[in-house]
Amino acid sequence: MIGPYYLQLLILIGINTIMATSLNLILGYTGQLSIGHAAFMSLGAYGSALVTLHFGFPFLVSLLCGALFAAFFGIIIGLPTLRLKGDYLAIATLGLGEIVRIVFLNLELTGGAVGLRGIPKKTTLLWVVLAVLFTVFILSRIIRSRIGRAFIAIREDETAADSMGINSTYYKTLCFGVGAFFAGLGGGLFAHYMRYLNPNSFGFMRSIEHLCMVVLGGLGNMWGAFIGATILTVTPELLRTVADLRLLIYGAVLVLMMRVRPQGLLGQPLRNGIPLLGRFFQQARPKL
Amino acid sequence: MFIQQLINGLILGSTYALIALGYTMVYGIIELINFAHGEIYMFGAFVGLILVTVFKVPFILAFLLAMAAGALLGITVEYLAYRPLRQSSRLAALISAIGASIFLSNLALLIMGAQPYTFPSPFDATVYRTSLFVISKVEIIVLASSILLMIALTLFVQRTKVGKAMRATAQDKDTASLMGININRIITITFAIGSALGAAAGVMVGVYFRTVTPTMGLMPGLKGFVAAVIGGIGNIPGAMFGGIALGIAEVMGAAYISSQYRDAVAFALLIIVLLLKPSGLLGRTAQEKV
Repeated sequence: MIGPYYLQLLILIGINTIMATSLNLILGYTGQLSIGHAAFMSLGAYGSALVTLHFGFPFLVSLLCGALFAAFFGIIIGLPTLRLKGDYLAIATLGLGEIVRIVFLNLELTGGAVGLRGIPKKTTLLWVVLAVLFTVFILSRIIRSRIGRAFIAIREDETAADSMGINSTYYKTLCFGVGAFFAGLGGGLFAHYMRYLNPNSFGFMRSIEHLCMVVLGGLGNMWGAFIGATILTVTPELLRTVADLRLLIYGAVLVLMMRVRPQGLLGQPLRNGIPLLGRFFQQARPKL
Repeated sequence: MFIQQLINGLILGSTYALIALGYTMVYGIIELINFAHGEIYMFGAFVGLILVTVFKVPFILAFLLAMAAGALLGITVEYLAYRPLRQSSRLAALISAIGASIFLSNLALLIMGAQPYTFPSPFDATVYRTSLFVISKVEIIVLASSILLMIALTLFVQRTKVGKAMRATAQDKDTASLMGININRIITITFAIGSALGAAAGVMVGVYFRTVTPTMGLMPGLKGFVAAVIGGIGNIPGAMFGGIALGIAEVMGAAYISSQYRDAVAFALLIIVLLLKPSGLLGRTAQEKV
């Protein structure tokens, strides 16, 4: 039917779509800049893999365990850090992401720096497609609900949202929990596909990759996250013939993309007034 | 033992402080996390290494040339990756900075290869012993030159006309430009000075730890930023204080808690500081206006 190479590509696109859409909920809809999304992915990946290895639960159950484990930590981490805004939140999530990676690197249970081996291969294309559909369905239902409107209100103006009676701390924590749940789901699929986990594959660069997918596709757009994930999964493969130049081109494309179309492929032009998304250089350009 | 760890922390911390200064100066003026700063640090180390090993340049001259090269790279990155984005969102600028960082580290990887290089020590291995601690000649030079650079920077920012213009720009760009300050020029100078300090830290770490790799910028870059946030971002004495505090905390953590969690100490400290005093230990609390 489809060759193993294309099958792998499709599965990775699916997992990355789950990662990008879940980060899009946090960043694109609620306006909270998180650059530690890979940490939630690793919590889900290790959580579900350990459940499979030690208890031998069915795949669906271990996936759910991983996702819930990630969501639990998302809420625990979210509660204190979400008091921070913009760049500060970004740095705090970055720091937490690194702490999670270092803890996994030193725990005996997770195999430490050697990594966790021998996870049974259970992820198939069908599982991935179902998981993507489930993620997109649930997230778009959330966005169109009362909760989603609260998220968007917080993104537009947190102070105004607060004064309209939206409990912004509650909704931001909820958003982090839901985002972490789906990131954990993606991690679980990743673990049971790769069959091997290493803490260093969930480092800072992985979080940046997720961030780039969301921004490239367009913030606050469900299709955007899918397209961003597809492009950033496929492009490195297409560049494989120039393997050494791959990441070099990747970096240059990010810089150029921001110059040409900073709102992403499907995004709407960013508005002012949002702390994170407001103008970078806050002044009328002086004639110099 | 304790005094010895304190000295080690102080030396490590002084290099973090130099990196943190570059972040904090840039953030103070354009409110951007300059993610490419860690790569400028790496670039400085490589320029120093190549000058010393290939061109046999005396160390002091190589050190100064590496700082100049770092400044040039900093200005170029600002010109190509940040300046065109002044009218777009801060997130776009942040992504562009990340792109520049990925580009530069992979460029170095492509040119220099992934293997680590050994920095030949320009100093003899003299070690000075006291009853309380042991310190080598290299360590004294690293510590002394970073303190010297920090004093020079403080004098520059506080006493010169350009320094005054920098402070004015950081405070209020519009008013500063109305007062006849050329904002673009000040931004260029800020990038030049911050990057020169980052490159200086790169050379010093190269001499101190004796290894230089294309990926060496990532962790110290992150930690330099952590140090800047701990001290209060945008605040120059804060960055110095934050860097030294971070270096000492890290060495103490490695010595008395667990050396495996060495890197986690820095980030744990960051989160504690952010939760207790988000504006940093020496930073001012900004009132949010509606």
